[in-house]
Amino acid sequence: MKHVYLDHAATTYLRKEVLNAMAPYFYNEYGNPSSFHSVGKKSKDAIETARFAVAKILNCRSAEIIFTGGGTESDNLAILGAARANKEKGKHIITSKIEHPAILDACKALEKEGFEVSYIPVDKMGIIKLEEFKKALRSDTVLVSIMYANNEIGTIQPIKEAAKIIREHRQKNKTAFPSFHTDACQAAGALDLDTVKLGVDLLTINGSKIYGPKGIGVLYVKKGINLQPLIYGGGQEQGIRSGTENVPSIIGLAKALEMAQSEKEKENIRISKLRDALISGIIKKIPRAFLNGDPKKRLPNNANLSIPKVEGEAMVLYLDSKGIYASTGSACSSRSLKPSHVLLAIGLNDEMAHSSLRLTLGKKTTREDIGYVIKILPGIVEKLREVSSL
Amino acid sequence: MKKSSPDIKSNKGGKEWFYTEIVKKHFFEPYKFLKDKEKFKADGEGAVGSPACGDMMKFWIKVDKKVGKIIDCRWRTFGCASAIASTSALAEMITEKGGIKIEKALKIRPQDIMKRLGGLPDIKVHCSVLGDQALRAAIENYKQSLKL
Repeated sequence: MKHVYLDHAATTYLRKEVLNAMAPYFYNEYGNPSSFHSVGKKSKDAIETARFAVAKILNCRSAEIIFTGGGTESDNLAILGAARANKEKGKHIITSKIEHPAILDACKALEKEGFEVSYIPVDKMGIIKLEEFKKALRSDTVLVSIMYANNEIGTIQPIKEAAKIIREHRQKNKTAFPSFHTDACQAAGALDLDTVKLGVDLLTINGSKIYGPKGIGVLYVKKGINLQPLIYGGGQEQGIRSGTENVPSIIGLAKALEMAQSEKEKENIRISKLRDALISGIIKKIPRAFLNGDPKKRLPNNANLSIPKVEGEAMVLYLDSKGIYASTGSACSSRSLKPSHVLLAIGLNDEMAHSSLRLTLGKKTTREDIGYVIKILPGIVEKLREVSSL
Repeated sequence: MKKSSPDIKSNKGGKEWFYTEIVKKHFFEPYKFLKDKEKFKADGEGAVGSPACGDMMKFWIKVDKKVGKIIDCRWRTFGCASAIASTSALAEMITEKGGIKIEKALKIRPQDIMKRLGGLPDIKVHCSVLGDQALRAAIENYKQSLKL
C-alpha cells in the first residue's frame, strides 16, 4: 500500500545525517558535560559547538542559548519564567488567541497566580490584529508572546511589526518591558530565525519539527532578560534549566537546524509548489471545500481545508486506511471534545471547524504523493457525505 | 538505512487501529444508512446532537403497527468513526431478527451498543449514547403520529 505521510507539522522523522551526528554521543562519548575530566570535557565541547551553531543561526551569543526538554518546556519557561521573575514590574501579559496550548495553558496557570492576560484576536486569515495588540499594551505589561507561524493553519505572524510596536511602547514609557517571546517551532525549518531582525527577546524552537530528535528544545534568552527557572538542580544552562544535558539530542538539534536552514530557500520553493497543487486539486475536485488561513502568508508546507458535511476524524481514519496520514482540528480526535480554538478564532463555526483537514508536507513528499491524495480524497468525501446527516 | 523494529512491544496488542475490528467494519461498510436516491417510507423519525458538538444523527423507523414492532430502519450520521459505527451497529441490533418490539427497542442502552461494538475508547463513549437517543426520538415521533 502507498504510504503518504502528510503530518509533518505533528512531527518529522529523524534525518539520517542527524542520526549519524548523534550516534557517537550515545555510547563512545557518554561523558557528563559537568565532569572535570577528559571524558566529560568531550561532551562539554560537543554541546558548546552545537550551541555556537544554533547561536549563529539565531544571530545571537552562545550564552543566550538555553537547551531544554522540548518546545513545550521552552514555551513554558518563557511564559512562566519571564512572568514570575518580573511580577514586581507588572502582572499583565499579552498573547494571541491562536497560540499553541503550551503558551495558552501556561497563561491560564498564570491567571491563577494573579496575572491578567489579554488574548488578541486574529483576522479571518489568521493574522493577529496589530491595532488591537497596540491598544492592549499597558504600563504594567511585562510579557508579550506571539507565535511566528501557526501550527494548524500555517499563517505567518507579523513578528517584526509587533516588535516595532513594543519598542515604541518601551521608549514612550521609558521602560524595558514588556519582553517579547515568539514560539518559532513550526517556523524553524522554513523561516529566517535572526533574532535581531525579528526583534524578539525570547524565542522557542524544537527538534522534532525539523527532522531532528524529539524531546529537545531551545529557548533563546536575550542578555538581560530575567527568567525564574522551572527546574532546579545542578545549575546547568546557566542555572535556568538544571539537569544533565541531553548531549546526543543537543547535537542532533543543532545538526537538523543547520541543515534545514541551509536548504530552506530551495526547499520552500519546491514544497510550496506541491502544496499549492494539493490545495487547488482538492478545491477543484471537492465541492464546497475551502482553504483555511492566508493563501500567501503561510508556511510553505501547510494546507488546511474545511470540507463541509464531513467530520474530520472520520476523514482522517478513512485516509489512514488508504495509507495517507493527515490530521484534523475536529474535537473528535482531541482530548478536549472542543473543536480547534484556532479555527474558531478565524471565524469558522463549530461545524466547519469539525470538518477541517490538515495536510502538512515534508522533504520526502513528491508530486506523485499529491496526485494520490487528490485521487483518493474525493471518493472518501463522497462516501462520508452520503452517510452524513447534514 | 536498515529497517529496524522496536524491541519494546506494545502491551495493547500492537494493533494499528484505534478501534475494534467491529467498529472498523461498521465504519467502512455502514449498515442501513439512508442512501441519496433511496425512497424510505418512515413511520417515525428522530434527530439528536448538533453539528456544533461534532455529532449529529438522524434515525428513521418503519413500524408494523399491528404488533408494535420496528421492522426496518435507516439512519444518517455526521460524526467521527465511532459515531458512524455505533449508529450502524444499532441498526443491525434492531433489524437482525426480523425486527424488534417497541418496548424492547426502548430498553436499548448506550452500554448495549458499546458491547456490540466490542468497546470504544473512553473519550468516545458520548458518541454511542446518541444512537439510542435518536432511536427513542424516532419512536416518540411515531407514537405522536398515532395520536393525530
